[in-house]
Amino acid sequence: EKMAEVDELSKPMFAGLSDVSISGDIPVEGEINVPVGTPSHDDEYSTLDEPVKDTILRDLKAVGKKFVHVMYPKKSSTLLRDWDLWGPLLLCVTLALMLQGGSVDSKEDGGPQFAEVFVIIWFGSVIITLNSKLLGGTISFFQSLCVLGYCIMPLTVAMIVCRLVLLGGSGTVSFIVRLIVVTASFSWSTFASTAFLADSQPSNRKALVVYPVFLFYFVIGWMILTFSPSA
Amino acid sequence: MASPDDLKFQEFEEATDLLLADPGASTLSMSGSSSTAPAGATGDIKLDMSDDEGQEESSELLRGEKQTSGFWTFEYYQSFFNVDTMQVLDRVKGSVMPLPGRNFIKHTLQSSPDLYGPFWICVTLVFSLAISGNLSTFLNSLGSPHYHYRPQFHRVTIAAVVIFLYAWLVPLGIWGFLTWRQREERQQSGYSFLETVCLYGYSLFIYIPTSVLWILPFEWLQWLLILVAMVISGSVLVLTFWPVVRDDTKVTAYATVATIVVLHALLSIGCKMYFFQTATLTQVTTLAPNHTAAILPSKTH
Repeated sequence: EKMAEVDELSKPMFAGLSDVSISGDIPVEGEINVPVGTPSHDDEYSTLDEPVKDTILRDLKAVGKKFVHVMYPKKSSTLLRDWDLWGPLLLCVTLALMLQGGSVDSKEDGGPQFAEVFVIIWFGSVIITLNSKLLGGTISFFQSLCVLGYCIMPLTVAMIVCRLVLLGGSGTVSFIVRLIVVTASFSWSTFASTAFLADSQPSNRKALVVYPVFLFYFVIGWMILTFSPSA
Repeated sequence: MASPDDLKFQEFEEATDLLLADPGASTLSMSGSSSTAPAGATGDIKLDMSDDEGQEESSELLRGEKQTSGFWTFEYYQSFFNVDTMQVLDRVKGSVMPLPGRNFIKHTLQSSPDLYGPFWICVTLVFSLAISGNLSTFLNSLGSPHYHYRPQFHRVTIAAVVIFLYAWLVPLGIWGFLTWRQREERQQSGYSFLETVCLYGYSLFIYIPTSVLWILPFEWLQWLLILVAMVISGSVLVLTFWPVVRDDTKVTAYATVATIVVLHALLSIGCKMYFFQTATLTQVTTLAPNHTAAILPSKTH
């Protein structure tokens, strides 16, 4: 209402301005900068002309840097800014491939199929991201996918360790070792991803966002732990 | 960000109720409420919200409407996730402690349903059923030398289909039926579709600890657990639906309540029987995967 009142008052005041005719040139103040493309400038920012090896190495370095960040999770906004999905894809495919080759009759009663692992990881990540955004989170969609995907890394490492342990035998001792490894890596994954994700939520909803992440890594950990090689 | 919105939401719920009770009462609020006669000072205060949508929302709240955005916008769906941790915990508590006279929708939900609880409770239930069932099969067959552990991952898919169909189709049916009866008989307003879905979602919570406890291999314990879970969960449902249904004809009222209870019972018994099969069944399937497998379950159950 206050704004409406101000408008009412201002109308008769400025109405007279419409009678003013604009003749000639009125000097425009301020500067207009038109970027003049200098050849040297373009070369610096354009990556079209560099050799392919440089492009690939740069992406690999970015992926590797993020892996290091997951190993030692501490809050760093640069990680979130430069998101990429290569790492998650690589981890997901590795994990799904290693979960194959289980019990022989894998059609029924077997472990998850390749497609099932893929769907759980990607669909699960999307749903957790949507959940976080619907609860009012400030993190962007792909940043969240990136974080969730990269934090699968400890679980992938655990899968490799489990397969190695299973080579030695599948008795009770190997089960206990695998249980410890999987539990440790699943807690690490949850801790690492909440370190990045929880900060973007208002404090009264943090638990609501952390729980689905916990469930997600728990299910992946379960798939790893119950992997049983063919008899 | 989200917290001022939350406070606004709840504040206006209570304010609306109080205003309806006593229209002449003076209100002391941060917004300019048009229906009261405040002492002049609060009348022109602008809402200090960061976006205009908050203004629209609160004024429409006074008229009793909740959603202002169309269903294609993100904000529409955000309104269903407008809950805090404490609120979700309270709702879960309300679903496991049915007290007579406490209508879950009116009392615990306070007519602001959310989709967070139902969705994540269903997901958790799916995985807890599949994982616990797998564990119980494994533990039951530990002694048998022929048994080779199988993850039985296809159970997750089956559990997901069953639980999500139940959590969406049954409320749809009940809501449709009740709305149709209410229109026919011109009774008091029933519950909205979302409130029914929310109610059913939270009522499934009791099955999560029940499914974990079903791992213990005592048949009598498993049936006792089913009974307890049915009583608790069923009474939450019945206590909520009874006030809406009792004004109807006796036959319809009892039939509706009976249907709700029977469907709920079918769900729990079906889950228990499918996911938590006893030891003899799995032994038979590994030895003779043919017709004998079909005969034995009827003997053991």
